Amino acid sequence: MKNSIAERVVDFLGGYPPFNMLSNKTLLQIATETTITYLEKGDTIFKKDDVCHEHFYMVRNGAINLYYSNGDVKDIMNIHDTGDVFGLRPLITNEPYKLTATANEESIVYAIPIAVFQSATDYNTQVHKYLITAFASNAYDPYSAEVAGEIFVDYLPNRSQDMVNFQTANYTKSPITCCIKTSLKDAAKKMSNHKIGCIVVVDDEKKPVGIITNSDIKNKIATGLFPIETPVTNIMSSPVMTGKKGLTIADGQLQMIKHSIGHLCITKDGTINSKLIGVLTHHDVLVTLGNNPTVILKEIKRAKRTKKLRTARLKANALLKNYIEQNIPISHIINVISQINDAVTIRVVELALKKMPTAPPVTFSWLALGSQGRSEQLLFTDQDNALVFEDVPKEQYEGTQAYFLELAKLITKSLNKIGFEYCEADMMASNPEWCKSLSAWKTQFKDWILKPDEKAVLLSSIFFDYNRVYGSEELVDDLTDTIYATLEKTDLFYKFLGRDAVKSPSPLGFFKQFLVEQNGDQKELFNIKNRALMPLIDAARLLILSKQMRGVNNTYERFEKLAELEPNNKELYESCSYAFKALSKFKTRQGLLRNNSGKFIDLETLTKEEKLKLRRCFKPIQKIQEILKIRFDLKNFI
Amino acid sequence: MVFKWFHKNKKEYPDFWVDYIDSFKNINKKPIGETRFVAFDTETTGFDRKKDRILSIGAVSFVGKSIEVRNSLELYLEQEIFNPETVKIHGLMKKGDLEKVTELEAIKTFLAYVKNADLIAHHANFDKNMMNEMLSRHGLGKLKNRFIDTGYLFNKSKHIIYQENLKEHYTLDDLCKELNVPKVDRHTANGDALITAIVFLKILSRLDKRKKLEWDYLLKP
Repeated sequence: MKNSIAERVVDFLGGYPPFNMLSNKTLLQIATETTITYLEKGDTIFKKDDVCHEHFYMVRNGAINLYYSNGDVKDIMNIHDTGDVFGLRPLITNEPYKLTATANEESIVYAIPIAVFQSATDYNTQVHKYLITAFASNAYDPYSAEVAGEIFVDYLPNRSQDMVNFQTANYTKSPITCCIKTSLKDAAKKMSNHKIGCIVVVDDEKKPVGIITNSDIKNKIATGLFPIETPVTNIMSSPVMTGKKGLTIADGQLQMIKHSIGHLCITKDGTINSKLIGVLTHHDVLVTLGNNPTVILKEIKRAKRTKKLRTARLKANALLKNYIEQNIPISHIINVISQINDAVTIRVVELALKKMPTAPPVTFSWLALGSQGRSEQLLFTDQDNALVFEDVPKEQYEGTQAYFLELAKLITKSLNKIGFEYCEADMMASNPEWCKSLSAWKTQFKDWILKPDEKAVLLSSIFFDYNRVYGSEELVDDLTDTIYATLEKTDLFYKFLGRDAVKSPSPLGFFKQFLVEQNGDQKELFNIKNRALMPLIDAARLLILSKQMRGVNNTYERFEKLAELEPNNKELYESCSYAFKALSKFKTRQGLLRNNSGKFIDLETLTKEEKLKLRRCFKPIQKIQEILKIRFDLKNFI
Repeated sequence: MVFKWFHKNKKEYPDFWVDYIDSFKNINKKPIGETRFVAFDTETTGFDRKKDRILSIGAVSFVGKSIEVRNSLELYLEQEIFNPETVKIHGLMKKGDLEKVTELEAIKTFLAYVKNADLIAHHANFDKNMMNEMLSRHGLGKLKNRFIDTGYLFNKSKHIIYQENLKEHYTLDDLCKELNVPKVDRHTANGDALITAIVFLKILSRLDKRKKLEWDYLLKP
């Protein structure tokens, strides 16, 4: 019999993983057996310690909170939105639920019967692996992590599925072992010598018998349960869990979760009855997952082709996403990502130099401008860059510039291929205007500073935040010296910068109104870059230039420096620094959500709390603008 | 004589009708959370009770807040009467490739499905009248079930301060918009039945918060 509801359920399921990997026929089979449940805010689907249900769940509408509770303490582990699956534990093990799932708001969920699902998908490995990985990322909780050592503490596997999970795990070959007769004390010495957290106990044939980890020593020796001279066999966890060579990351992860362990012994035939050949630790799993800045940086440095660089930079984006999701401090995120961006640029320059027929005729420097120059570029944005080369005799100028323009073209092309769009305003080193000798640059900056006009101010907001990424330091220092020396001669330039910094009024008023008109049809997009970030960036630049402070390019660092220099305005500067960080995070999160630069924020997608938080960030903007007006006497100038 | 006539008349009813009537014997009043509800919807050739015919019946049943997809009902009826005007609404053509049943079969299946459940429909009177008219064409009595009208219930659920601005007539689309119910599958009978069920559950949760949830309140006066 026809069942239109089942067909609509199919339409929905098919739009999301893992169901999008299944045929329509299979989906219909599953959909027919699905239960649609309506939940009011606060309704519970399952509780911690409940016996596993026969279903797992998918959010159709609304949002479901998964939290860990312990007495009165509630820690939200995850919020699942439309299309997310949850309650996957029964698919993996028969243990009771560890988390509680409640409706965060009015919601509709689909309950999918596990038995039907499994027989319909015929244990399709791809589907199964997706669910395991989804489970692994949801099951993450710091409580079990604390017990097990370091499970997924730093890096969660990427929630959006990537094929990395099906890669073969890189385990530690030739692991440190000890024989069964060893005393615990000797084993512990060996561990400490090798700076490792675990040691495998093997028999005469090198078959793994047991494993000792730091926590075994903590729990069984330090507590006085066993004397320190006791044989390792008394302490070790036995038998060990084993896996075969060629184990995939997903399988390794699954084994670890299933048995709540942090180490898998890799043996010749995958059982405990053969020779030990390695150990797979959580750490190995995480490294293979690749969301690790050290690994990414290494990959960048070794890249021989632009394509490799692009892959590495995309991994950095996944890393960024995880960081944001995990609420890692934004200053740390900014550091990591700008290091990666600089490394990418350096590698691109190196590769481009190799492609040039000859070595550069004179020394040069590659400058990053704008947000990369301030080292606060998180998402892919436009590339803004410039090149400065050593002075040459007049008759050689044209030839030298031609060489560097050629080089710059190669570099900007590669950067574009990696994901940094060409600058619309053509502020790139491949433009002859921004690829000049040191003296030509000096003249240019002097011109901007001493004869400021609209255009000069516009350009200086980009060019004054330059940062050397590659090449000669001396050239850049020389240029900077000239700029600061010129700045001392005039106040007018500051006034121009100041006027620019206060031209866009604090968005506070606009926002207040928005908060009131929540239910209206107001679907405006808020330009967070122009209205909130730029005023802070401009203010920081102007103030730091006027203090003749060099080498601080980051907006939030500039404000921190200013707080140091002007203790009486410390509080304001600190709140500006905080506001900048919070706003950057908003922008990044939006950008990740929409896969763009995140410049525009759809106010409707923000929660009330986020709106209030945004509003708090606008207060310092208003105050800092007032300070600028007074300090640079802008009242009559505007 | 009278007794005999009555007796004879009763005997003439077919078994399925007797079973249906019997299901209403000895029913205990249950709390709302344990009551079986059936939300249903009909697609018709028009709005005239006498002239128009039911083209399809869709229904979902639930106890509590969960609706099993498998236990939904979707019937398409063979009808001689046809109105091309309404095709654009429900998309049901006279000779579609859907599997169709006769009116009598539809009645049998429907009654066996709903049994003594409380029925929910949007603008319930219309669906109720259409169903009763169909039953009487086949010499059967009227539906015995209690009816809940989501249109009426929605009006009641609105807070007192909005009572003045209430519309006379809320369409199912209006309710979907107001209550934020996803509008997939509008105008297939069982898609609308599902939407009606969710609308009902949402209104119920609103009312529940204001502690007005009693049976008399749900049922139309």
